[in-house]
Amino acid sequence: MAEKELLRISNLVASFSINGGYYAAVDGVSLQINENEVFAIVGESGCGKSALALSILNLHNKANTKIEGSIYFKGRDILSLGLEELNKIRGRDIGMIFQDPLTALNPLMIIGAQIEESLFYHTGMNIGERKKRSLELLTQVGIQSPELTYHQFPHELSGGMRQRAMIAIALSCKPSLVIADEPTTALDVTIQAQILDLLRRLQKEMKSGIILITHDLGVVAEMADRVAVMYAGQIVETADVNEIFSNPLHPYTKSLFASMPDAYRNARKDQRLPVIEGMVPSLLNMERRGCRFAPRIPWISDAAHEAVPQYHEVKPGHLVLCSCYKNFYLKSIPRRVSSSTLR
Amino acid sequence: MSLLEVENLKVYYPIRGGILGQVHNYVKAVDGISFSIEDGKTLGLVGESGSGKSTTGKAVIGLAKITAGQIRYQGEDITNYVGKNRSPYRRGVQMIFQDAYSSLNPKKRVIDIVAEPIRNFEHLTSKQERKRVEELLDIVGLAPENVLKYPHEFSGGQRQRIGIARALALRPKLIIADEPVSALDLSVQAQVLNFMKDIQQHFNLAFLFISHDLGVVEHMCSDIAIMHKGRFVEVGSKNQIYHQPLHIYTKRLIAAIPNKNPSMREEMQRVRERVAMEYSLKRNQYYTKENRVYDLKKISDNHYVALP
Repeated sequence: MAEKELLRISNLVASFSINGGYYAAVDGVSLQINENEVFAIVGESGCGKSALALSILNLHNKANTKIEGSIYFKGRDILSLGLEELNKIRGRDIGMIFQDPLTALNPLMIIGAQIEESLFYHTGMNIGERKKRSLELLTQVGIQSPELTYHQFPHELSGGMRQRAMIAIALSCKPSLVIADEPTTALDVTIQAQILDLLRRLQKEMKSGIILITHDLGVVAEMADRVAVMYAGQIVETADVNEIFSNPLHPYTKSLFASMPDAYRNARKDQRLPVIEGMVPSLLNMERRGCRFAPRIPWISDAAHEAVPQYHEVKPGHLVLCSCYKNFYLKSIPRRVSSSTLR
Repeated sequence: MSLLEVENLKVYYPIRGGILGQVHNYVKAVDGISFSIEDGKTLGLVGESGSGKSTTGKAVIGLAKITAGQIRYQGEDITNYVGKNRSPYRRGVQMIFQDAYSSLNPKKRVIDIVAEPIRNFEHLTSKQERKRVEELLDIVGLAPENVLKYPHEFSGGQRQRIGIARALALRPKLIIADEPVSALDLSVQAQVLNFMKDIQQHFNLAFLFISHDLGVVEHMCSDIAIMHKGRFVEVGSKNQIYHQPLHIYTKRLIAAIPNKNPSMREEMQRVRERVAMEYSLKRNQYYTKENRVYDLKKISDNHYVALP
């Protein structure tokens, strides 16, 4: 299946200046997103997935960020574009859905005006056409009474409605790529199911690519075509969605999948979840040599890791970083409360 | 005799209006619920935001004013007793909060945070107190040297464990855990959940586990109550709720859980469509004319459903 390439990121490094030094939050990420594809980026907080998303639209604060590498969107290098050129792409060709609609929406503008804003900048529509299109969009995202919602302020809407309004804004100019940064994290499960359903339907209609950033593996399983798992600024594993859920290989992916309680899977006998020891290293004290996950799996010998981790293509399209996956096994963690502490 | 029995609990908040600020209506946050918790057991309280599950937890521990109903602790009626300090109830029931960032005083050191309940109830010398706090930190897996640190020096998971250490300080019988892991990352969440199970076994603790995450509740709880509009729509064992839900609301909730098996995608979609259809057709059968949830009806031994 020869898909048309939409976005190609090669060797992207995004570093933030902290106390005078630059620290890379995204460290050498390369990936490719095709048209009509949902590409999920999974990881825990602090692994650099949002930093990666913001780099694509160059939304970081210029004063303290350094971005290296290249990002080609439909063949154009968007990192070299000036602000004016970039603003033509933002909102029109690439739409963004943010995690928290209450902070992303302007509290002083009615919903209708916020949707029309991007139409005003990117299309030649007049007032009447813009309003018509906004109402159309509101209907499209499943808002019951678009006329009413058009004139409402964000605080008058419920969380699910706000997120729908955000999606309407992101989709207003029919972008060919949508970046959704944790689009359902703040929502209840039933609303989440509706929003995911909506995104899926709109994606089918508009044939756009979606970059779905999330920490919720359930959302990934429901939505994604391909998945990349990030840890400490690097992509540690990429595969298509069925492959990664049935055959996770990288130690981090394996541990992450094992540590998730699942309502659909029968509970393990001992009722204990395997956990990952330690925590995600912070930007400042991250070991930037060798396998970055090694400190959290001390029971795997150093010889199993590569000095300079390489991507190994296990199957076509399934890439794993570092050779340590070959020798990895999950270890059960001993109980924290020993009987000696009992009185 | 159960450890805790709650009968027909109601928490109403008045809506005031007009120049005189007269009460003209009530928000019925909790509207007549009854449950009991046995020693060493976990009751899961599940609902969406605004369903009244947190208010229930707050009412039980005395942080929200009870409008009507009765709470009995070890057989003793403590409904009007809750506000009084130093009662055995206050020692026996503790709380773990959702947000470990705002529930720990940033100006206090760990020792002062964890020792606060001890200081309220016991008279220990500072040496004994220090020893006790170090033991508690050891139980939650933090090094004893941490006693003099401030909350900001810890990560989210560690803070949540400090909160748990504080809740454990008086050897309680019941801990009310209000969304204890929803702010945590997956791997940290697993650590805290395991750990809560460990302390439950060791101290024969009962939990009132309040959460919106059906995966976590499935892992933690043997009995589950589903809450909607301040009332229970379905109470039953884990199996009954997850595999034979009877109320339409429960069905919707269970169907909405993302399935972590990508090959089930189409099937889940069909299930959801079916449930959505059923919801739109039969919704009226499950709610009264005033859009209220019916009273619970006994279906089988421990399975109760709100049906007419």
